[in-house]
Amino acid sequence: MENNVLIDLKNICVSFGDDQILKSINLYIRDGEFLTLLGPSGCGKTTTLRVIAGFQSPDTGDVVFEGKRINDVPAHKRQVNTIFQRYALFPHLNVYDNIAFGLRIKKEKENVIAERVTEMLSLVNLKGFERRAVSSLSGGQQQRVAIARALAVRPKVLLLDEPLGALDLKLRKDMQVELKKIQQSLGITFIYVTHDQEEALSMSDTIVVMDNGVIQQIGSPTDIYNEPKNAFVADFIGESNIVDGVMLKDCVVEFSGHRFECLDKGFAENEDVDVVVRPEDVDVVATDKGMLKGIVTSVTFKGVHYEIIVDIGGFKWMIQTTDKQDVGDKIGLFIEPDAIHIMKKSEYSGKYGDFSSFSEEFDELSQPDLVAEDSEDEN
Amino acid sequence: MKTKKPFFSAKNLTVAPYTVWMTLFVLIPIGLVVYFAFTDSTGSFTLENLTYIKKYAGTFWLSVELAFVSTVLCLLLAYPMAYIISKMPANKQGSVILLVMLPMWMNFLIRTYAWMTILENNGIINRFIGMLADLIHVEFNGFEMINTNGAIVLGMVYNYLPYMILPIYTVLTKIDNSLIEAARDLGSDSVQIFGRIVFPLSIPGVISGITMVFVPAVSTFIISYLLGGGKTYLIGNVIENYFLGSSGAINYNVGAALSLLLMVMIVVSMGIMNHFDKDSEASGGGIIV
Repeated sequence: MENNVLIDLKNICVSFGDDQILKSINLYIRDGEFLTLLGPSGCGKTTTLRVIAGFQSPDTGDVVFEGKRINDVPAHKRQVNTIFQRYALFPHLNVYDNIAFGLRIKKEKENVIAERVTEMLSLVNLKGFERRAVSSLSGGQQQRVAIARALAVRPKVLLLDEPLGALDLKLRKDMQVELKKIQQSLGITFIYVTHDQEEALSMSDTIVVMDNGVIQQIGSPTDIYNEPKNAFVADFIGESNIVDGVMLKDCVVEFSGHRFECLDKGFAENEDVDVVVRPEDVDVVATDKGMLKGIVTSVTFKGVHYEIIVDIGGFKWMIQTTDKQDVGDKIGLFIEPDAIHIMKKSEYSGKYGDFSSFSEEFDELSQPDLVAEDSEDEN
Repeated sequence: MKTKKPFFSAKNLTVAPYTVWMTLFVLIPIGLVVYFAFTDSTGSFTLENLTYIKKYAGTFWLSVELAFVSTVLCLLLAYPMAYIISKMPANKQGSVILLVMLPMWMNFLIRTYAWMTILENNGIINRFIGMLADLIHVEFNGFEMINTNGAIVLGMVYNYLPYMILPIYTVLTKIDNSLIEAARDLGSDSVQIFGRIVFPLSIPGVISGITMVFVPAVSTFIISYLLGGGKTYLIGNVIENYFLGSSGAINYNVGAALSLLLMVMIVVSMGIMNHFDKDSEASGGGIIV
């Protein structure tokens, strides 16, 4: 993709009272890319979106659009449009009038409007719904109307604030594919906010991982997954075993009492590091062939694979394997050099990546909650 | 196959107090009004009472006129006020709404008497202006404020304003802020947001406000009695006179007939108004007739 920057956020800080929501955000967004702001509740991703939309003015820092500073340009004069979390369709207007709203504000001729509305309705697969009241539509249909309404005014950028959060899983998967298709066919920039890492990985060109008002990592989905910068990113994107290690020299790391070959370089000799090993990258072998040995403490059948928890010297690893193991089995583990990823120590070291407290129920409880997200981000 | 429900079922018992209440205080009184309206003093059926409407057509019309003017004035005052309150920080809204309701905690009659002392020929306003006039040596004979239609309208607006502010305020605060942001996002400036989103969505509140002001205003007799000084006679005063007037004037049958006609007129006009509100039924807030 050519290097044409469309939006540039420079040192954006936002506080609500004593709460610092955004701490010096620096981010540029290229024309035509699908960029996702990903993070847990209250990480500042929605606030970032609102700064771009013009609903939130930053305390300090600049918002630059096509090379011009637009801090003082009000929301209704910006060439960006938003899909709101709960769609925000106008309840007193029907589907047609909702989609035509922005065009009527622009004082387009009625025949132009009719043409555009028809075009938008076919884009979102809602032909024939013109005269329906929005309250009679299902969640998925309302979502499509919201998309059509925002796209009807031909924005340069579409901002999407957890647009699929209220839909059920199946519909969500379909809409993911459809949104990506729409983005590609129109060639406009999408800035997408979500707390769902799978959604982010499958749709985005670029992912921005945020936590606590700070950007943790910016990169392509594969970069973010394979080369997480710190324990937070490694844990938030997929499952990770994160153990303390020592970088003995380039390409040699020691952890869990064993020396491993790896591919990482550029650390100081004997530097303390965090080591990430993805559960699917560990091979289960006989104990005498394993680099590490451990005892299976829990086995869960997941359909495609078994998820087993292995106790290795007191540290619980999660391993995904297609071979069935039994609780109490002694097994050996084999890890390839390219399965090991080394990270510098950070404030997040030691907080994530240990599965000793792991249980299905616990995992569900700690899922970011949509309702909580609302109240935190909209203050 | 139907099973007979026991008379003392839990459902019947919980509904019973309301049924008794409604029967005693709504159905029976209305039944009595209807009975008196269609009978003469001997108790035999007649339509003659209804013909009195001709005699009081002018009074009817004046009552509607004054109530209409008061309702419009209330709306013009209340809407901006409700809008401003709904835009205030959430923690201040409560105390301002309390201030709006505060006068309602005082007796209606006392408040209206207070207006008499303010508006009288010898009242506070005239005396104050007279003092100023004395200072600059101009002759001042006092404005005639009390006992005018203007005073009655003022009394109605003053007394019924909170009933207009509250429903409009309630509807305005219920409008989801994301709708306003969505309209702004689509290019609307503040005027367009108001005209295309906020006002249309607040119509149910406006309708119930109009209902709550117009209905008591058109049938009032106390305000016109105290501030109109007997010079302005409204339909409420006519009806009152038939029930509570001097012994020679008392005629329950005519009074009931006029009350019935007033009631029918109010129900019909509310029905017409709710018709306009049909589209926004879902948003609630309107009074259904």
